[in-house]
Amino acid sequence: MRSRDAVALIALVLLGSFMIMSVLPLANMIRPFGEPVNPEMDDYIITHAQNETGANNAVTSVVFDYRGFDTLGEATVLFTAVAGVILILRRYAHG
Amino acid sequence: MDETSKIIKTVSSVMFPFVTIYGLYVILHGHLTPGGGFQGGAIVASGCALLVVAFGSDAIAKRVKESQLSLLESIGALGFISLAFVGIATTFFYNSLAGTKFLFGKIPPYGSNPGYLSSGGLLPLMNLAVGTKVIAGLFAIVLILAIATRKKGGRSK
Repeated sequence: MRSRDAVALIALVLLGSFMIMSVLPLANMIRPFGEPVNPEMDDYIITHAQNETGANNAVTSVVFDYRGFDTLGEATVLFTAVAGVILILRRYAHG
Repeated sequence: MDETSKIIKTVSSVMFPFVTIYGLYVILHGHLTPGGGFQGGAIVASGCALLVVAFGSDAIAKRVKESQLSLLESIGALGFISLAFVGIATTFFYNSLAGTKFLFGKIPPYGSNPGYLSSGGLLPLMNLAVGTKVIAGLFAIVLILAIATRKKGGRSK
């Protein structure tokens, strides 16, 4: 058990050092807040969302209109969760 | 199951309508203010969870059946998908109601405005469908978990 702990510790140190080394070159590439790399999509939605969907809330127009398919998957996740809970706990509910 | 005190029951009975109204407001104004179907549905379902905690799962389960909740959730999901199919002539999830003369068809002026409830096209209807779905789904989860973990015969072993 002692040797397994040593191996785990070495692996942890190696993994952590690799992760830190991989992040270090990115440190001076971080852009300031509010300056995204590709602002075209944001600008399009900010300027056109009200005209195209008629909704004041641009987030809702993204969630239900521009990215409606994503919301469909989200709703499916909830449906699956409910189905799983009812499937597993049904026998406790009736017995 | 231990009975909760009269104070808890009374306060949660008073709180429940307000929580429900607030959740329905968040759902209905999803296209105007922050929030929407998921958030408002979670608020309403938390109000129902308040009742479950206060009155016990048995008392709630006498009035609400899980099959009714499943039916409500299926209605919400089917409504959402069929609303997505309304604009299928252009593309899936096309907002075909925006900019027309019908209900929810108004296009607000660009920039900040007071907010018009009858705008947004299909978005308010989708919010309602998703809200129905989330209310029923989360309430079903809470109710089933509460019933399954109650003391009398509920715990396994």
